[in-house]
Parts: sequence; C-alpha cells; structure tokens
Amino acid sequence: MIDRIPSGTRDVLPDEMRELRAITERVRAEFERAGYGEVYTPALEYEGTLARGDLAGAMPAYRVFDEQGQVLALRSDMTIPIARLVATRYAGAEPPLRFCYFAHAYRRVRPQRGQARELLQAGVELVGAPAPEGTAEAVTVLCAALDAAGLKTYSVGLGDSSLFPALLEQVGVEPERRGRLVEELVAGDFVGVEREVAGLGIDAESADLLLRVPQIRGGPEVLEDVPEPLAAAVQGMRAVHQLLEPDAAARVIFDLGLVRSLGYYTGAVFQVYDPALGVPIGSGGRYDDLLAKFGRPLPAVGFALSVERLHIALTGEEGR
Amino acid sequence: MNGLRIAVPRGALFDDTLELLDRLGLDTRAVRENDRKLLFEEAGIVTMRPSDVPTYVEAGAADLGITGKDVLMEQSERECYELVDLGYGYCRMVLASEAGEDRAAEALRRLGVVRIATKYPRIAARHFLATGRQAEIVEVKGSVELAPLTGLAEAIVDLTATGTTLVENGLVVREEIAECSARLIANPVAHKLKARAIDAVLERVRAG
Repeated sequence: MIDRIPSGTRDVLPDEMRELRAITERVRAEFERAGYGEVYTPALEYEGTLARGDLAGAMPAYRVFDEQGQVLALRSDMTIPIARLVATRYAGAEPPLRFCYFAHAYRRVRPQRGQARELLQAGVELVGAPAPEGTAEAVTVLCAALDAAGLKTYSVGLGDSSLFPALLEQVGVEPERRGRLVEELVAGDFVGVEREVAGLGIDAESADLLLRVPQIRGGPEVLEDVPEPLAAAVQGMRAVHQLLEPDAAARVIFDLGLVRSLGYYTGAVFQVYDPALGVPIGSGGRYDDLLAKFGRPLPAVGFALSVERLHIALTGEEGR
Repeated sequence: MNGLRIAVPRGALFDDTLELLDRLGLDTRAVRENDRKLLFEEAGIVTMRPSDVPTYVEAGAADLGITGKDVLMEQSERECYELVDLGYGYCRMVLASEAGEDRAAEALRRLGVVRIATKYPRIAARHFLATGRQAEIVEVKGSVELAPLTGLAEAIVDLTATGTTLVENGLVVREEIAECSARLIANPVAHKLKARAIDAVLERVRAG
C-alpha cells in the first residue's frame, strides 16, 4: 500500500535538498549583507490577523479551530505576519526596519494543475522607507540576491499599481463601472478589455488610451511618449530607475500593464522573469497603507521569491 | 518568427491559421507538406490539438498560440494573455435538444434537474449555474448529438458553425451561450521579455 501526500505538497530528498539549501544560503548571505535580519513567525495565525490584509486576493485557504474554538489560519504570505510583528515587537523602534525570511506559505490550488499548496518563499520587507528610495533599495537587494543565487538572464518588470486606476479616473470612468474592466486586465484577456472599453461609451481618444497603456512595456524609451494623465506614476517609476546602480537598472523592464491582483499594493509593483521559465519567479511591491491597519502607519515595500521556481529557472539556464 | 515559437492548432482552424501565418511572412510550406511532423523548428511552429495550445503557451513551451475561444473558456484557469480576436473560425456555443417539445425544459420542471451531455463540462456547468438551474453534466468525448437521441441526456451543450450536424440529428438550438472565434494568445513572461517581437506580430495581424 502506498500512502499518498496531499496534492500540491511534496517530499524533498537529499539531492534536491542540497541544491535548495545552496540557493537559500547564498540568498540569505546577500540579505544579511544588506542589513536584513532573518525572522520567523508562526505558520498559524489568528484568522482575524490575516484578514487585515487583502481578503479577496490573499485569502488564507486552510483554517482550523483551536481548543477554545478560535479560528486559526495558515499564512498565505509572509508580508502580513511581518506587518503584525513590526507593529507589536517593534512598536517604538526607529524606522527603517529591515527583515528577511525563508518560510513556507500556504495557498489554495486548482485541481490537476500541479500548483503548490505549500511553497517556500525567500523575501524581504523594508518598513519605514518611502518611495522612491525604499523601492530602489528593495529592487537592488532583489537583483543582488538573484545574482548571488547565480541566475543570469533574469529581468525585473517594474510597474505601478496606482497607474491604471489613475487613468480610469482621468478619463472619467465611474468606480462602479471599473470592476469588469480591471478583472479582464488582471486575467490578461485583452479581447475582453476591448469589449469592456467599447461598452463604456467614452470618446475614442480615451478608449484608445485605455487599450494602449496596458500594452506599454520595454526599456526606458517606452516612457518617453507616455500620455499626460500618467505623468505622476511614470515620474515615480523613473525616479526608482535613476536610483539604481547600472547593473540593476539594466535588468528593469518598465511595464505599464503590470497589475497585481493583491489588494494591498499601493504604488510600485514588480515581478521577476527569466526566459528559462514560463511563469514569474517572484514578485513584490509597495504597501504603504498596510502597516496602519496594524496600528503603526509606516510606508513599506517588499518582495518574495519562490525558491522552487528559482531552482527550476537555474536548472533551465544550465541547459541553454 | 522573430525568435518566437507559435503553437498552431490542427483541425478546423488549421487552414485559416496557416493562411494567417503566410500573411505574417512565415514559410508554412513544410507544415502543409507534412501532416505527421509536429515541430517545425525553422519556421518556429509547433502543431497540436487546439485544446493543448493553452497548455503549451501557459508553460512557456510556446511563446504564442492560436486556439478557439471555446477552448479558452473551457480552460479559463490557464494563465495566458488573450491578445486579439482573429475573426476566423466563427461558431456558437449553444444549448440544443430534440425538436418538438423541449425535453430539457420538461426535465427541469418535473425532475428539478436536467442532464446535459457535452465536451465542454465547465462551460456547461457555468452556464447552468449562472442561469440558476440545476444540471447534471455528462462528459462525452465525441458525437455529442447521439446523447439526446439515445436518452443519455435531455440536451447538449456544443459548438456549432453552420448548424448542419444539429439539424441532421433532429436537434434545435434552444439557447446561445457564447460566440467563439480564433484567438491569438501569449505566454505572460514571453509577452514581457519578447515585447517587441510580439508587438510586431500583433501590428501585422491587426493590419490584416
């Protein structure tokens, strides 16, 4: 008889474990060198704590009752537990605060898709450092960690989560009519975006803007003829880019269509791509309003890398 | 094709797709001449069943792909970008049952649930959920028209282009669920990393 393990979970045997450990050790050394001390928080938190983040986007998938009947949930990322940690353990500490982690997060999976229920993340949170300096520091640490891991051909997509809402505001689309349009955009259905825009009944120039902007991506040259309503967001992206050292700056792809489904992002968002892998290796962004929900209003930025995906990408690069 | 690999569907969309690729300047002669071969490295073309196209594109095994909206609707969880409606391969996803008194409506009224045979179980389930009716979905792999004639199901959800097959089997369309046509899809990472090449393809596609 074979005892199964839950789908989306896995055993790690020594050969793989050695390679994963080698990656995390190199990344950890880089995080520590940049001043990010490692923390660990419980895998289980009170559901109410996790619900302070974004319920729809990062809803915890697994809940249990404790002996007093309270609802506990497995964390779906490390950002919210660290926000709680900052507000409680560092309530009076002078910002900025720098933390890193190597921990498992737990997600729901869709059946038969090989998705992970339990995924190992390596990441940092930088609390109390506003844009653009804080964002630039996070991107710098991200690139240094990927370099240390030995990844060669990666790029970092840089966008701004406030950009598309600002654009919708500018062209006069009422908030209650934005839902479907943003949904289609997040799903990457540009045919659906076109249909929704056509149904808004706005002038041709505004409609063209809504269709064109999410497709703008590439090097610094794509920011040159960006339409006026986006000037503020684009200025923010440029400011981050200018603060980066040349090596990191060369990794950046500006991406005006980068929309993250997670609700707590407030400004810059980024994603890590490698040609050796069809899915992003990691992602991050600014969440300037989240800490306030825990009683310590501080701007913050962070990112998380999927260690397993990083491992697959490294293996894939070897074969090229 | 500018260093891009495109997944091409064999079957109903095959000829129109090759014509489109010809217009984009690809050399499709090798593909036309050899219907056993699957990978045409030089032209950047891989051929496969339409329902496999999103699988290859999502994984990044192909940068671009062409497949029907029906396939994308059925596999709506796949993380691919849907870039443009190519216009050809137009058909409708319909609910159909035997001509005469609607057995599906009768089943719903008297039994509270209707049995639906389909190759598109998720589209069918979503349609009945969205319209507030209970349905038992029976998945079949081919010749769905047979199901109502033999009593396997009261109605079918299927794709129809001309409606001829339905009529030949004594079936009539009761509801239209969606309009479908061929779509160009892209892997999200390739869409970022190979932006220029993909935009160049898009521009030529839109130019017609």
